[in-house]
Parts: sequence; structure tokens; C-alpha cells
Amino acid sequence: MKIRFTAAEEAFRAECAAWLNEQISGPFADIRGIVSQTFRAEQRMEWERALGRARWSVIGWPEKYGGRDASLAEQVIFAEEYARSGAPGRVGHLGTELAGPTILHFGNDLQCERFLLPIARGEEFWCQGYSEPNAGSDLSNVRTRARLEHGPNGPEWVIEGQKIWTSLAQFADWCFVVCRTEEGSKGPAGISYLLVPMKQKGVTVKPIRQMTGDAEFNETFFDGARTKAEYCVGKPGEGWKVAMGTLAFERGVSTLAQQMTFRNELDLLIAAARENGAAKDPLIRQRIAEAWVGLRIMRYSALRMLSRATSGSLGAEALTYKLYWATWRKKLGELAMDVVGAPGELCTDEGYGLADLPYLYLFSRADTIYGGTNQIQRNIIAERALGLPKESRGDR
Amino acid sequence: MRFAFTEDQNLIRETAREFLSERASIAQLRKDITRPEGHDPALWQAMTRELGWAGIALPESTGGSGLGMVELAILLEEQGRCLYGGPFLASAGIASALLLESAASETRDALVSRLASGEASAAAAITGDTGRSDELAVAAELIERDGRALLQGHASFVLNGHTADIFVVVAHDRRTGKSGLALVAIGAGVWGLEIKKLAAMDLTRPYARLVFKDTPPQAVLADGGTPCAARGLQIAQVALAAEQLGAMQTVLELTTGYTSQRVQFGRVIGSFQAIKHRLADMMVVCEAARSAVYYAACVVDEYRADPSSGAQELAEAAALVKVQCSAGFHEVAGNAIQLHGGIGFTWEYDTHLFFKRARATINLLGHPQHHRERIASLIGLDASMGAP
Repeated sequence: MKIRFTAAEEAFRAECAAWLNEQISGPFADIRGIVSQTFRAEQRMEWERALGRARWSVIGWPEKYGGRDASLAEQVIFAEEYARSGAPGRVGHLGTELAGPTILHFGNDLQCERFLLPIARGEEFWCQGYSEPNAGSDLSNVRTRARLEHGPNGPEWVIEGQKIWTSLAQFADWCFVVCRTEEGSKGPAGISYLLVPMKQKGVTVKPIRQMTGDAEFNETFFDGARTKAEYCVGKPGEGWKVAMGTLAFERGVSTLAQQMTFRNELDLLIAAARENGAAKDPLIRQRIAEAWVGLRIMRYSALRMLSRATSGSLGAEALTYKLYWATWRKKLGELAMDVVGAPGELCTDEGYGLADLPYLYLFSRADTIYGGTNQIQRNIIAERALGLPKESRGDR
Repeated sequence: MRFAFTEDQNLIRETAREFLSERASIAQLRKDITRPEGHDPALWQAMTRELGWAGIALPESTGGSGLGMVELAILLEEQGRCLYGGPFLASAGIASALLLESAASETRDALVSRLASGEASAAAAITGDTGRSDELAVAAELIERDGRALLQGHASFVLNGHTADIFVVVAHDRRTGKSGLALVAIGAGVWGLEIKKLAAMDLTRPYARLVFKDTPPQAVLADGGTPCAARGLQIAQVALAAEQLGAMQTVLELTTGYTSQRVQFGRVIGSFQAIKHRLADMMVVCEAARSAVYYAACVVDEYRADPSSGAQELAEAAALVKVQCSAGFHEVAGNAIQLHGGIGFTWEYDTHLFFKRARATINLLGHPQHHRERIASLIGLDASMGAP
């Protein structure tokens, strides 16, 4: 058990820090420290391309797909330096963290060749077609369906249905769609995992305004949308396994980058507390210390999970990760508002602009919902890690 | 960087678990705590003299195995699983940490050797009747009379104190020209020392109260010893947390097992979400504690390899791990009683043993509130501020 980095790894740290700092203090200074997912999207897509050109976008991927075959330690270091530099949240993360790893792991050679490089280079952006109005926590209840048609362009899937909460769909070139390809099937059986182009006539994206005032989420309608027959990841009808695999990547290395964002948020909160004197309040001090403890533990847990994953699969403890961070961040949001006090109630402009900490407070209410609610997470932990009986369904 | 156990470390754990499940079940503990020693001396002999556990993290030059805090933490975690109440934590976890932080000397190394071989056990006397962990709570004084150093005052909450052979005492240094804290070693049989075993709420491990009446020290290990006492106690916090981790994991397993068997309303109660969700929360707490303990143990080893660069991180990790494991163990043990229902409240059932151990270890080596305040200082909340 070792927590220190080697001299070679520290040299790698210096290399990536130098590049990041140069970029973020130079050509990309305008997007430094952006928290909102949609703000200055065009520049941030340019930033993704800059990362891709310098091969810093997906360093853990194989070289031939635009990565660096980076070790776990190097990925940890890059995530740390990325946050330290003040670089903004990644608008390409649905491709780099979810679609890409899924294709790499479950896809065939043709799919890897077609999709991975454009993700790595920031040339194609992705969104996630999972939830539907009647399939939220109960994802296996999806009703969006696809059928194979032999038309003038060869065999194609034709997709009908509606997805919801599709983050960043307005910027996406592709969507990974979980849909039913076997007529009359129910539950996990008969589901396929299709890669569908977004910029086509049969796809309509309607933004949903969230309680933060932002519109990062969308409703996405598939109305005769088409994709090639070969863009099905895994066998048709066996997409559930792939869909669950994607969720496991959410517990992977991407957690490190996310934590670095959290660290920046905690630093912001500490600075605010020092500035307005809240840091003298013994109860606030206790709560800030508790938040700091939680954040450190998140880091240790991620390192433990990932170190173990390099020698096999994720352990049962990985199942606790989402519940832990989501609960932590919601508490951080509440603490942030208690630290800033009444001024946090005010907007920064007439267009419902919010300062970073009040924005965090509102946004964190989504953290315990998306990606599996806290309640679903507890079911998962109890059933899969502790071996307690499964929930019974009302309909089958 | 590889934050996972090595093969050797896994082997140490397996061996320890096997040995302890055979020799130190909770049923056995219930018998052993009624002995005058509060534990089984034969078991202690086997742990130290046969298995060499007491010396696992002590230098090879003193007869130890020369391994590190990670290995010691593994042994403590396994002992926590069965609520072992003998002097291992007190001697190998706390007193040894203080000794290793004090200045190297022949006297010190001779003491360490006796601990490493299992010939003697040591206990740490670090606080007074308030049991608090700040400097003001220290109620022992090192005075000077006719050119001789003598101990006065008292110490309380001395873990496994009534069976210890050696005491490592933290005392205010009142000798001429001295200030701060001194670390002092005394033998249990010395003149002017009264040792009294205390009756305590926690049944699993005894405390003692010591009274010093011009007690002559065997050695003054460190004068100007405030920083070395502080660092020794930080390392001790990691040791304690490892033991708390093992105990909270067992109490989670006990509760998962019980709720998977107990039937009400025609189904096992573990199939109700009200129960499942609470168990899930308990597991989250345990896993957080596990990450904290293993990381903090690594931090101790890094600190020992390079004390100058590792001191800040040691202070942070030690406070963190004490906060997480003390609050976590108490929460998990409390939930265990709730989920067991009426039987969880009985003397006969084991849940109260865990709950009381949890409560006792909250105060030991500093309350979580104390350590959160410490963290607040360490992360810069004291720095000068603009507004009044």
C-alpha cells in the first residue's frame, strides 16, 4: 500500500501543469473556473478540441484512439492539475467518460475506429438517452423503440420515442440511446444500445428550464430517427448489460475530476467564510471541518476503488460512492448558503444570474436525483453489497 | 501510488482473523472481562510472544519486525472486530507511538525492546479526570526537588492501566527552566504510585486512574516534549481508528445477519426499505471509515520516512480519521440496537458491548468536536479576516 508518487510521476505532473496553466492563463482565460454546464459553450467546445490536439483529453485511452495509455497514477495527477489550473468543467464528458469507455469496452473494432478518435479530439459531442417520462429510476421500463429497416442506405434502425433529462443534447452530435428492439419485450430483456446521430430530421431537442434558471437538460424526441444497423453496441436485445456498464464508468476515473471541482467549491466557501467573518462562528467551523473531512474521504475512497479496479473489477464498496458524494454536495450547498447569509438570496442580474455558491446550492438538489436517486442507491447497496432481498415489482 | 494491500499484508490479515476467531470470540470476551486482569493473559502472551504482534511496527534494532503502521492497523482492525480488550491498543498502539516519537536514547530503546518482545506491556497516561485531550487536561506534573525530578498529580482514563508494567506519562514540566510538556516513563512497581482500576460503562476494556505522590521517573524521555507528545498522540489516533473500523464493520455484519433472519409481517425485516436503507447508510459510513483509516496509516508511514515534510499531513489525517471513525462507529452501533429491536437492548445480546465501546472511544484521544476545531485551524479558518 503506497500513496506517494514516483519522481517520474512528479515529472509528468510538472508537464501537464505547465501546459494547463499556459492555456488557462492565456487563450482560454475567459472560461477559467466556470461552474455552469452551458455557459460559454462554444468556447468550451473549442477547449475540448485544444485538449484533444495536445492529447490531454482522454489520457487513459490507448494511443491509437487519441489517448496516452496513462497509468492510474498519471490519471490521478492529471485530474488534480486540471482542477488546480482552474480549467472549466468538461462539456465533452458524456463522450469522454461515458460513451467512449462504453464503446472501448463493449463495442466492436468498427465502432471503436469510427467513434473514439472524434471523441478524443473534441470533434464530436455526445449525450445520454436513458431516462424517459415513465422510465426514471425504473430504467428497464423504457418504451422508446427501434426496428430494423432495409432501405436505400442499407439496413438501418428506425427509432421512435422520447427521452428526457438529456444533458447537453443541444450541443450533441451523437446520442447513446437505450431502447426496445424486441416487440412485446418487458424489463431488461429485449433492450438495445444504439448510437444515434443527433443532427437529423427525426430528432427534436426541447430545452427544459431547471430550477437554477439554466437549461442544461432537454427533452429529446425521436420521430423516425435513423442510424446504421452496425451502430448497435453489443448484440441487439442484449443492451441492458451495456447500459449498466456505462453506469459503472461513472464510478471510474471521472470521479477524480469531479472531486477536484468539489475542492474548488469548498475553497470558494472557505474564502467566503473568512471574508465575511463566518469562519469565527464555532458551529460553522465544525461544519466546514466536516465538509473537508468528507471531501478528503471521497478522494481516499476513489483511490482505493481505482487501485483495486486495476487488479480486477470494482469492489462492493464502489457502490457506496454515488450516495456518498451526492449527499456530501447537498450538505455543502446548504452550508454555503449559511456561510454567505442573506446576500446569497440576491441575484447578480435581472436574468436570474446567481453567484457561484448560491448556484451550487440550487444545483446540488439535482445531485441526489440524477444518475440514480439516493433511494435507488440505497436499494443497490442493500441488495448487491449487503445481500438483502430484492424489491418486488408491482407489475411483473 | 497503489492504494491497495500487498500480498503480504493480506496474509497478515488472514492469519490474524483466523487466530482471533479461534481464540477471541465475543463469547470468550464475556468471560475474559470478568477476570481480574480484564483480559486473558494467556491470549496476550500468545499474541505477543508467539505471534510477535506487539513488535510488528517497532524497529528491528529493538527486536521488532520493522514493518509499518499499515500492518499495525490491520492487526488493530482485526482485534476491533472481536472487541479485543487486552493491552494491545494501549501498548502497541498508543504508548509505543509516544515512545517512538520521543528522542532516541538507550533507555528508550530498552523500553521499546521490552514491549517488542512481549515481556512487558505499557500504558499511556495522557489526561486527567476531565478525560479531555487538550494540554490543560493534563493533570500530572514533573517537579524538581533537591535536584531530582518527581511526578505529582494524577492521570485518569489510562487504558489497560492496572495491568501495565510501564507507564508513559505526559506531564506539565514544572522543573526549573523548563516549560511545556514532558514525556516520562515510570515502572508500575515504583514507589509513590497508586493504581486503581475504574468501574466503567464500557465493559470491554478497563481504565485505571493513577495518583503520583513524588513518584520518581525511570526516565525523562523528552523535555520540551509538547511537539513529540502531539505527534505521538496523532499516530495513536490512527491506531485507535483502525480498531474502531473493525468493530463497526462487525456490528454492521451482525445487524445485516439479524435482519436477514428475523421475520415479521410474513417477510424478513431486511426486505423492508426502512431497514435496507438504514443498513445501506451504515455501510457508507463503514466504507468511508475504511478509506480514512488505510490512508491515514499510509500517511503515518510516510511521516516516519520523512518527518519534516510529512508533519502537516499527519496532523490533518489524524484528526480526520478520529472524527470519521468515532462518529461513524457510534452511529453504526446505535443503528444496530435500533434495527435489532428489543433484543438489541438486552444485556445478553452483544449490541450493547459495541455501542458502549463506541461511546468510550469517542472521548479517548480527543472528542470529534475537538478534532474538527483542530481541522478548522489547520485548513486556514483562523487566518486574518476582513469583517468584524
